[in-house]
Amino acid sequence: MDRIPILKLGSALLVTIQVDMHDQLATALEEDLTSRIVECNARGVLIDISALEIVDSFIGRMLDNIAAVSRILDADTVVVGMRPAVAITLVELGLSLNGVKTALNVDRGMELIRPQLIAGDDDGD
Amino acid sequence: MTDAATTVILPLLAVHEAEVLKEWLQRLRGDVGFAGDRMREGELQGQCTRFLRELRTGLEAGAATIDSGAFGNLRDMLADLSASRATQGFSPRETAVFVFSLKQPLFDVLQRHGQASADAALTANWSIGLLLDSLGLFTMEAYQRTRESLIVRQQQEIAELSTPVIKLWDGILALPLIGTLDSQRTQVVMESLLDAIVQYSAATAIIDITGVPTVDTLTAQHLLKTVSAARLMGADCIISGIRPQIAQTMVHLGVELSVVSKATLADAFALALSKQGRTVTRVKAAAPGTGA
Repeated sequence: MDRIPILKLGSALLVTIQVDMHDQLATALEEDLTSRIVECNARGVLIDISALEIVDSFIGRMLDNIAAVSRILDADTVVVGMRPAVAITLVELGLSLNGVKTALNVDRGMELIRPQLIAGDDDGD
Repeated sequence: MTDAATTVILPLLAVHEAEVLKEWLQRLRGDVGFAGDRMREGELQGQCTRFLRELRTGLEAGAATIDSGAFGNLRDMLADLSASRATQGFSPRETAVFVFSLKQPLFDVLQRHGQASADAALTANWSIGLLLDSLGLFTMEAYQRTRESLIVRQQQEIAELSTPVIKLWDGILALPLIGTLDSQRTQVVMESLLDAIVQYSAATAIIDITGVPTVDTLTAQHLLKTVSAARLMGADCIISGIRPQIAQTMVHLGVELSVVSKATLADAFALALSKQGRTVTRVKAAAPGTGA
């Protein structure tokens, strides 16, 4: 089964979803990401969904779950690059992902979690 | 129902069709509501001839009501006719009279050439009247449908026209809403706002509701949906231009917007600028004497 790659960038993790998500892939991602956060001692998670065209309530909930789990593990989650159609769909589904930070692109998302990352570096030193 | 019509009217119509047609055309032209200048001479005659032909075909097939398959062509023809008249700007009367004015010529022909007994003639007259009535109603329905589709199209156009997204500054968008927010308009507003957020890579969007006449719970819900969708794209929303009366109504209704809101667009713009670390300052101090 193919998995979604999780890249480590300093003390942040970058997940780029390039394929259409099916439920199994989403569950696998949730598990992988959780263990990687602990492994890498990550302080921030960036999920780039700019290539994601189709979402359903399950994927929406998965994003919410990932954010909640990373919050418990002291990492900020930022969902970046959501398409307009996807945003409308999620709102219509009643999933406004209140616990998740959002940004227009990876650049802005990085800016958003930078304070967290710097704080994490200070801790390490 | 049309047994009498078939046995009595059909033979008469077959023989005296030209006479009926001539009288019918005369009546149509003589009608006060007839707008001859909007139609070419041959066009009306063509329509009448075709109507009579299809009516005969239907009756010959023994069709009982206009819903039956034998009248399919006639229905199609009437639908086309009323649709074209609706778009040409004919009034409902001018459209309806096309079918209803056929009653008199048919009755005249029945009176003049009918061989049947008085009773049979009466029944025939009654049933042909019923048939023409339902055809007339069908015409009006088609006419109304065309008008309604016209209204719907115009509504869509208005909705698209009235939702401009303005770029105020790098990364700051304004969305001045004018008119009532229903769910359909919210959809259009949301789509154009989200597209603009991507296009201008905006971080802040100001939704100005100065032009929204009333804000009830439903409108508030629509606004919140738009705000949530923009937030999912990574843009913050500020709502501005809530008028005093509306603010009062909202509080009385218990409508909670739970979004940053400012009284005026200017205040909202200043807030959006300060979020970017910008501020508006005077180039130089006003010359003494010109100030207050």
